[in-house]
Amino acid sequence: MKLASRLSPLLYLLPALAVIILFRIIPILGSFVASLTDYDIGGLHGFIGLDHYRRMFSDPRLWLSLGNTVHYVLGVLPAEILLPLGLAVLLKNELKGRSFYRTIYFLPVVTSTVAVSVVWTWIFNPEMGPLNRIIALMGGEPLAWLREPRGIFEMLLSPLGITPSGFLAGPSLALVAIMIVGIWKSIGYNTVLFLAGLENIPNDYYEAARLDGAGRWSRFRNITWPLLSPTTFYVLIMSTITSFQTFSLVYVMTPPPGGGPLGTTNVIVFYLYQKAFDRFDIGYASAISVFLFVLLLALTMLQRRFGERKVHYS
Amino acid sequence: MRVLRHVLLSLGAVIMTLPFIWMVTTALENGGLSNFADAWNRVPFGVFFLNTIFITGLTVIGVVITSSLAAYAFATMEFPGRGALFMLFLSTMMVPQPVYLAPSYVLLAKLGWVDTYAALTVPWVVNVFSIFLLRQHFKTIPRSLYEAAVLDGCSRLRYLLRVVLPLSRPVLATVILFNTIGSWNSFMWPLVMTHSENLRVIQVGLSYFNQEMSSNYRLLMAASTFCTLPLLILFLIFQKQLVASYSGSGIKD
Repeated sequence: MKLASRLSPLLYLLPALAVIILFRIIPILGSFVASLTDYDIGGLHGFIGLDHYRRMFSDPRLWLSLGNTVHYVLGVLPAEILLPLGLAVLLKNELKGRSFYRTIYFLPVVTSTVAVSVVWTWIFNPEMGPLNRIIALMGGEPLAWLREPRGIFEMLLSPLGITPSGFLAGPSLALVAIMIVGIWKSIGYNTVLFLAGLENIPNDYYEAARLDGAGRWSRFRNITWPLLSPTTFYVLIMSTITSFQTFSLVYVMTPPPGGGPLGTTNVIVFYLYQKAFDRFDIGYASAISVFLFVLLLALTMLQRRFGERKVHYS
Repeated sequence: MRVLRHVLLSLGAVIMTLPFIWMVTTALENGGLSNFADAWNRVPFGVFFLNTIFITGLTVIGVVITSSLAAYAFATMEFPGRGALFMLFLSTMMVPQPVYLAPSYVLLAKLGWVDTYAALTVPWVVNVFSIFLLRQHFKTIPRSLYEAAVLDGCSRLRYLLRVVLPLSRPVLATVILFNTIGSWNSFMWPLVMTHSENLRVIQVGLSYFNQEMSSNYRLLMAASTFCTLPLLILFLIFQKQLVASYSGSGIKD
């Protein structure tokens, strides 16, 4: 009886624990181990130490994909924070039709990334897509969108006689198109997070400020923004982590061989996918996985630490 | 000011819905509903749907069972290493799926599971976030209720089934909704773990269809429409609960 009751917690935990160990812990540890081995299509050839990590430093395509990823993340972050913040402020209080708007903004969140990507690929279609038709109606030049490898800074500045190149040329228009979809898809989720954050700010503060004659901007600046900062911080961290892992958008919108025009939409997870499943270079792909993992972990910690001091926790 | 708010919000709403409107109107161009039938018959979308429903159903049932049991143990039982074990569970949530995708493939290949339903379900019958949500809720159920039930001769398992779970319906609904959406929309995993057409789920099927039909936009939009429709309906029915639980989940974490 005593033994049975001692064992029973384990029995309840066993199904979950077994799956966690077999399909999470082992593969996670496996990626660390595999990154030190020469594991390719012919199977395991043996340990090669840190060779894969050395190879990463001199792999220009890895650096290209990392540059693309950084462009992507830096490009989507401001929009993924400021637009939802603005929407949440607009939606605050007893606005008529509030839940209607919230539903509309949330629609892209629950829609599958694949379907959304297929639809946007059509929207961006240079010959027949609705976007270029609208641009033509407004008298603009049609753009190649997902087939355009030139960087947007390059495109914007070249008429002025300035031609930035490399990383400074900015994300290609193709990658910008993908960013637009990424932003469009995540606005609703972040808006809902901000709305929840806004609801935690006591209304009394606003009442008091109003009595003191504080204007709209001053109330936002002195009450909303500082008291909302834990939410803003959370949104920042989550958006960074998810946008670093963008894969499906890129896979569907710039289809195989993939990576978009001149590899300009090849982001890090897509590159990892190519190495693992096109080349079956499991060892090297695992090294990239470990690198990605460390990077994301460092980002989280950096943001958390940096945030501790500035963020207002009430 | 109120008017300006509505103008801005409506403008935003139009931008958010335009892609959906274009999707449906393009799907209905030239031939109307026949585009849907045509798309449905070009590739075995019926099979893809059945696969997705089957996999989503199994996964969600599995998650509900494993999460309830584990959350129950974490919330109500005392045992050595409970805290450490719970941390271990939570820490796996911090590792993004792409990080362990390649080793998972190797593991499934060793198990002989590549290109089987097992590969698409078994690894996903546990969802740590669901365990977390349920545990938080189970902890709020008063201990006195348990003691009273035990005095009446109720066993632990019976107490879970007859008292704890019925008291947790809203949280269970959230767990079911989250996991249904997650499973229905999952793409990277089934893309990598299956090869044969008769094991394809709709997301993978739609992505191949997109590559094959890249110029036939009417059929592509028709296919996108019927692939998104089930979840859109589900969302519209449960939207209040869903939006609330999404926001709750964000703050608690």
